[in-house]
Amino acid sequence: MNTLRHHLATAEVLVCCGSGGVGKTTIAAALGLQAARLGRRAVVVTIDPAKRLADALGVPGGLGNDPLRLDVEGPGELWALMLDTATTFDGLVRANAADDEQAERILANGFYRNVAGGLSGTQEYMAAERLHALHLDDRFDLVIVDTPPTRNALDFLDAPGTISKFIDHPLFKLLMMPTRRGLKVLNIATQPLLRTIGRVVGGDVLADAVAFFQAFAGMETGFRARAEAVTTLLQSDITRFVLVASPREDTIEEASYFAGRLHEAGLEVGAVVVNRCTPSFGEPPATRPRAADKAALYDNLVELNVNAATERKQAAALLTTTGVPKGVRTTWVPTLPGDVHTMQALATIRDLLFG
Amino acid sequence: MPPKRVDPLQFLTSATVAIVAGKGGVGKTTVTAVLARAAIRRGLRVLVIELDGKATLGRLLPDATVLQLSATAALAEYLDTHGLSRVTKRLASTGIIDVVATASPGIDDIVVLGKIKQLEQSGNHDLIVVDGPAAGHAITFLLAAKSLLTSVRGGPVHTQAVDVAAMLADPARCQVVLVTLPETTPINEAVETAYALEDRVGVHLTPIVVNGVDAGPALQPEAAPAGSPMALAGEFRVARRQLHEAACCDLGDMLGLPQLILPNVPGSLLDAASVEHLADEWNPA
Repeated sequence: MNTLRHHLATAEVLVCCGSGGVGKTTIAAALGLQAARLGRRAVVVTIDPAKRLADALGVPGGLGNDPLRLDVEGPGELWALMLDTATTFDGLVRANAADDEQAERILANGFYRNVAGGLSGTQEYMAAERLHALHLDDRFDLVIVDTPPTRNALDFLDAPGTISKFIDHPLFKLLMMPTRRGLKVLNIATQPLLRTIGRVVGGDVLADAVAFFQAFAGMETGFRARAEAVTTLLQSDITRFVLVASPREDTIEEASYFAGRLHEAGLEVGAVVVNRCTPSFGEPPATRPRAADKAALYDNLVELNVNAATERKQAAALLTTTGVPKGVRTTWVPTLPGDVHTMQALATIRDLLFG
Repeated sequence: MPPKRVDPLQFLTSATVAIVAGKGGVGKTTVTAVLARAAIRRGLRVLVIELDGKATLGRLLPDATVLQLSATAALAEYLDTHGLSRVTKRLASTGIIDVVATASPGIDDIVVLGKIKQLEQSGNHDLIVVDGPAAGHAITFLLAAKSLLTSVRGGPVHTQAVDVAAMLADPARCQVVLVTLPETTPINEAVETAYALEDRVGVHLTPIVVNGVDAGPALQPEAAPAGSPMALAGEFRVARRQLHEAACCDLGDMLGLPQLILPNVPGSLLDAASVEHLADEWNPA
């Protein structure tokens, strides 16, 4: 049963992925609305919701890092939050540090701030980390994740995730010499390679990196265990993946990339949504009217129908090349006449998704 | 207030480097291709640079010179040409190059910009069109020079940052082409990006490109029976066009920049022929 309806009723985690500009966050929010109507207690995790969407959700002040309950049709509930990567990472460091002193040493480190704030992969990993925490949260029985609009969005599928980039990193190993009393940190000055790097990027910068890896020593076990728990959740059958695209070649190519990525990880696409399609409005009259105003309307209807049919045919052909199995249902959502900036518009999208 | 519109060709020759920027999905690659096509038609020696490694521009511009630039490769090349050739391979193979990039955020961006600057200085191109990174990243990408100037006090990276900053600050050498869509959210994001680019980066902006605009003859949906396919299709089209027009007007009010319009291309596929067709809007063949 590879339909959205089935996934929404049975999944505990729904991951929406796709490229930017396809309305992924809107689709995630509309799925949340339907979940609440089915009696589920859902929470939507978004990355960077547009202000208009925050308006649509009834939170004009915007979303924060803590879940906020939205005023939606029940009997279930819908909550939403905006992921703050740095805050989530800080929390993870605090939870895994041996003591406050170690946590503070890491949090104050310049290299750590770069990693937490902007390193590609960190946001994806923190999204996975957050969804794991929310999955365990008693307030919710369904977590809907709107992934970042990048190709790395599914990097967290690689067990044990991005964090291993650091704990298995050659520099980390290079700096840590096993000794009889445990790990010993090498001096930068004794490493020609590090001295050379230091000359290029500046000594302070490198010293920060080295200090980060030193401070991190001892925390890797906790981080690794956590990363493995996240991966196990993502690979279990209570997690389903929804690909979101628009009827444009580039976004379908991205969807294809994600499908391949899931397949590599031994996972399958649960459903496909093609958003922002040209709508069709039914057949034109048998003959073109003679009056100019009616003829213009006739031409417009014919043009939209032709565009919609061409687009549908081309997009459907592109979808067959994505490697998404035939049994997976594609839901086509037409473009609305206006912006999605009210709860009513969001409910319209929900109804278009679930008929 | 209706927005200012300009002659598209005017800015093609105003700077050597045009960096095309905008949020994902607004059509940066389309605009890069159309800009290059219009310039080639004008007889300019055009170089197209693709940053994200997707390699679609070669297909859209079969006869143009397209160069792929990747941060990792540019960083390796940079280290190579700065007396570090012996360690570069080891840096790359051990993944320490990632650490260098993380330790010094912007160093990968600065080497990419440095490479673009080098191509600009070569004098071999009248126009270098860069299919730039997404809007959020465009700001950090272009800010790399400024932030490295303060964080790295000396050495080759500092010199590189000084040169790149000089190029970005000079409107005769480099300008940014912002791309947006005629809808509220992309417009708001474009306005924010425009201010950040002008105020924080200090780079000059060309007219802003509004992509995918639907325009056409006036329709009177009420001329058809209410609820009929003709009336519904007419109402939809009128609403979309009003939305697009309002968005362009809002953009004009919020941002003093003149606008360049590209029409919506029906269907799912963008190919060399549709790029030619779009370029007719700016520079008829």
